[in-house]
Amino acid sequence: MNKDILICGVGGQGTVLASRIIAASAMTEGNTVHSAETIGMAQRGGPVTSHVRIGEAAYSPLIPQGSADLIVGFEPSEVVRNIGYLSEDGIAVVNTTAIKPVTASLSDSGYDGTEMVEYLKKRGNCIFVDGAKECEMLGSVKFLNILLLGVAAGSGKLGISVDTMRSEIEKRVPEKFREANLQAFDKGCAIAS
Amino acid sequence: MKEYVMGNGAIALGALKAGVNIACGYPGTPSSEIIETLSKYPHEGMHLEWSVNEKAALEVASAAAYAGARALVTMKQVGLNVASDPLMSLAYVGVEGGMVVVSADDPGPISSQTEQDSRRFADFARIPVFDPTSPEEAFEMIQDAFAYSEKYKTPVIFRPTTRVCHGYASIEASDAYQPKAFAGFQKDAGRFVIFPRLSYKNHGMIEERNVHIGEDFSEYRFNTVEGAASAKAVLASGVSYRYAKEFLKDHPEVKLIRVATAFPHPEDFLLRALEGVEEVLCLEELSPYLEETVLKLAGKHKLTVKVYGKLTGHVPAMGENSADSVRVILENYLGITAKDAEKDETPALPARPPVLCAGCPHRASFYAVKRAMTGKKTYYCGDIGCYTLGNAMPLDMVDTCLCMGAGVTMAQGFSHMDHEGKVFAFIGDSTFFASGITGVVNAVYNEADVTICILDNSTTAMTGHQPHPGTGRNMMDHMTAKISIPKILEGIGLTKVVTVDPLDLKVSIQAVQECADLPGVKAIIFKSPCIAIEKSTKKCAVTDDCINCKKCIRETGCPALSVADGKVVIDASLCTGCSLCAQVCPVGAIGGAER
Repeated sequence: MNKDILICGVGGQGTVLASRIIAASAMTEGNTVHSAETIGMAQRGGPVTSHVRIGEAAYSPLIPQGSADLIVGFEPSEVVRNIGYLSEDGIAVVNTTAIKPVTASLSDSGYDGTEMVEYLKKRGNCIFVDGAKECEMLGSVKFLNILLLGVAAGSGKLGISVDTMRSEIEKRVPEKFREANLQAFDKGCAIAS
Repeated sequence: MKEYVMGNGAIALGALKAGVNIACGYPGTPSSEIIETLSKYPHEGMHLEWSVNEKAALEVASAAAYAGARALVTMKQVGLNVASDPLMSLAYVGVEGGMVVVSADDPGPISSQTEQDSRRFADFARIPVFDPTSPEEAFEMIQDAFAYSEKYKTPVIFRPTTRVCHGYASIEASDAYQPKAFAGFQKDAGRFVIFPRLSYKNHGMIEERNVHIGEDFSEYRFNTVEGAASAKAVLASGVSYRYAKEFLKDHPEVKLIRVATAFPHPEDFLLRALEGVEEVLCLEELSPYLEETVLKLAGKHKLTVKVYGKLTGHVPAMGENSADSVRVILENYLGITAKDAEKDETPALPARPPVLCAGCPHRASFYAVKRAMTGKKTYYCGDIGCYTLGNAMPLDMVDTCLCMGAGVTMAQGFSHMDHEGKVFAFIGDSTFFASGITGVVNAVYNEADVTICILDNSTTAMTGHQPHPGTGRNMMDHMTAKISIPKILEGIGLTKVVTVDPLDLKVSIQAVQECADLPGVKAIIFKSPCIAIEKSTKKCAVTDDCINCKKCIRETGCPALSVADGKVVIDASLCTGCSLCAQVCPVGAIGGAER
């Protein structure tokens, strides 16, 4: 199996953990995995991406444009920023809740993600998730990454079984938050189906 | 057992497998996780340290290598500038045990001041350099690097780049760490005391030896040729080789030459590889090092091969390569007409420059100085760390940033040229220990008139929260005496040293005004822990008294503050209750965190 998955968002949103869980799940199912992370200054509120490449055909750490099977997008403008990576039949999971950069707050530019979501709707091949609303029901924005992973798993585009991923999450999150995270994951799966 | 680790982890695991006896380094992206990984795996009997800076790290390791131990030194590329003084001399003296200096390069640059190329440093110092293309290869190659270092009794440079350091792969981690047995230091002044006579003698020996190493490298397992014996070839190194390999899998007719040892160059290997080649494209990041090597070879051996690369404009001079940039470069080189990319009008994207975190005490420190100096002529000399981000609007509190520790000394230069302006230096606690102290001594001795603001958040935050001499813990997991910044400053003899809590705006502003008005060298220590190491449960919230003047946003630029549906709101998931916004608010409409 060869799959290219791009995770994108804003530094601090928990994209690295999401990429680790996808990688670990793919390895549990016997695949070779490589990934590349954004580490450094951009982690302070800048755009971050994780390139996860499953399979033997990936010789390099970065996904070429036009070949991602799946984009897991934590923020609408970051999905648009990276939309060129998506393959023709690829799917993007999009959290519609915008993160307003300080520059936008200062200039009163009014960026709230609406325009991005409109654009993505027109483009198609997207699964939209109202992250703010779903997380409010789940009790904390901290569950956003697991929620989106649930949507990714449920989309069938990951090539990894939902059960493998679920047990990987079970292994990785602290006991105290396990139930809530699994609930977030299941909710995500339900959104995708 | 196979473990999924970062390239830096792979380097650490390789060093462990090589039985490394000592590892020293100074944190710097993209190299920091090497030392951290070593600390997380069994390493009983190894000495592990975050040194105070790269020069100290290299010197500590050198002595261990003189004693026959295997020594690892880690740093980012600009750290090698700091360590270059001992490195240049050590190259002449050589080592007994294997010594590998990891200098992680940062094409882009993504988190660095420069796009310098550590392969040039290897050439400059006349010592071998290893250039891995992936985490898996880095794991193998670091072990080779130790072996070559020992074989030729010379320090070697190991230079991964960001995409190797921060790429993840599965690596076979062994559970048992077997430190190398070594004889201990054998006194030999004729060998270990550098004098002009010794340098003269060894210079000749080194040049002769490097020819042999080049021959040895001609058989090195990671210098490879793939593909057909074609007239067109691609010569690549580092991660660029990976991008080229991925693209060329559909073009097996093109020869792909990989050079893992740029210096001393593997001459025989290159001559063999270039046989029958009419055109070669050199694909590398940072500097055209291999391209120049091939040009020299072509001159020396009267080869007719045409050489393309950065010097001919076929590869960009700056920035990092990527799967996509390499595809375009190779399509042009091979005369392949690319599919027209579909034109797609995406909406204008918001800019997202990195910013100080919500609740970061540095924001409050900068803001206090800004407020205290309103209307005055000022110079704000910044430094290297999270607080470089104090340059962003609306704070706009960094006028200069050059290199580690330069803020303290550059401030002095301004003070000598302008006796009217108020001159400030901003330096973090880790940077202060790394290279700030000598600058303060210089200021006092040479009678500068500056206020030094030490932003003490009790950690090395930007690189991932490493401990330092002021934190009371070291990498041997020992609790140590916390080295006191105020006592150091008092010892140097400043006019005034004052410590304040930056989250108390009124007191901070007062301290800044007092210090700025005093003559000589003054220091204000803004002491408050990094929000990432001391988690706060406090939150601020906007009350109904808010008049929507947005002063809190305009003045602080805190990312937790924004306007939603025409009203100022605080994102509770980001807010740490630092209360800076509450202290800025003109109508007292922000509450929640008492201070």
